[in-house]
Amino acid sequence: MALGYEVIREIERQEVARSAEIWANNENRRREQEAKEKKRPFSDADRVSVEQRAPLPKFRQGDTVRVHAKVVEGDKERIQVFEGVVIALRNENNRACFTVRKISHGVGVERTFLLHSPRIEKIEVARYGKVRRAKLYYLRSKVGKATRIKEDRDPRR
Amino acid sequence: MAVDTILGRKIGMTQVFDDRGEIVPVTVIEAGPCIVTQLKSVATDGYNAIQVGFGEIRPRLVNKPEAGHFRKAGVPPMRYLREIRTDDVAEYHPGDTIRCDIFQPGMRVKVTGISKGKGFAGVVKRHHFHGADMTHGSMIHRKPQSSGATDAARTFKGTKKPGQMGNKRVTVRGLRVVRVDPERNLLLVQGAVPGSDGGLLTIQRIPR
Repeated sequence: MALGYEVIREIERQEVARSAEIWANNENRRREQEAKEKKRPFSDADRVSVEQRAPLPKFRQGDTVRVHAKVVEGDKERIQVFEGVVIALRNENNRACFTVRKISHGVGVERTFLLHSPRIEKIEVARYGKVRRAKLYYLRSKVGKATRIKEDRDPRR
Repeated sequence: MAVDTILGRKIGMTQVFDDRGEIVPVTVIEAGPCIVTQLKSVATDGYNAIQVGFGEIRPRLVNKPEAGHFRKAGVPPMRYLREIRTDDVAEYHPGDTIRCDIFQPGMRVKVTGISKGKGFAGVVKRHHFHGADMTHGSMIHRKPQSSGATDAARTFKGTKKPGQMGNKRVTVRGLRVVRVDPERNLLLVQGAVPGSDGGLLTIQRIPR
């Protein structure tokens, strides 16, 4: 059978699952390294499994999220938290991504994360927002009070 | 060592995560299985090679001489027939199958295909000339301008001119194999390869 695009869609679906696997492998390698450095024994009990990967929470445009992302500094990896408003979502299998905007020292900072990236440790929703459009790019031209977003007190999601 | 080349079909592009969790753009290729249809040797043909077939085809579309050729090799009819140069002809027999497991992740390959045809293209598109103003009294726009000096009194061979662009054989070298899936005959190669989706590709390993 000649293969078509459905093969690619399948690879993309598998990538979403593979992300958790990569995350677990990297985490285990890091823990093993740490145990070796501190001369502690490393047993299977210290290992993380794929299932322990924090599930992706449901969030939407306008929500305030805290993204725990791995950043590489030199040869060290550490976790950096980026908190801000989700201003855009893009859903496309393993390419799904979201853009978070925050104001840092008076300067607007936006960062786009891959939703399924193994480099994201976890995503927490800090606040549900109530907005009426899919892309909140208008926030870029607003400052101060105008950037407030109404809170969704009854997020049925 | 066996052959280092396989025929494939470009399926399309996507992206995958590597072990570090970084994104790698890949082209998905349906590579093989290729079935050996004929052996060529110095004695009979003046060079050593194996002829392989790839791709399914409805038997009705195969003409009689081709059908006879496939029957002689004892293999089902296939869409493409290509030769792979190799000195290990003796290792192969008609009917043998070459699969994508001849490749390993991390290997470097070169991929050959027929590029997408752009038709008769001007110099701006074909040779990346800058072109001139569209306005401000300019009447040059996208013209090729001078094609040489008056002293030579002729245009040198190879001067960049408008003409057919694309739809020709292109090879991209040094692409990295990201993943090999022998079960589904899939090869994931980092980066873009020539041609449209569904096009025939030749994938050859680059020796280290």
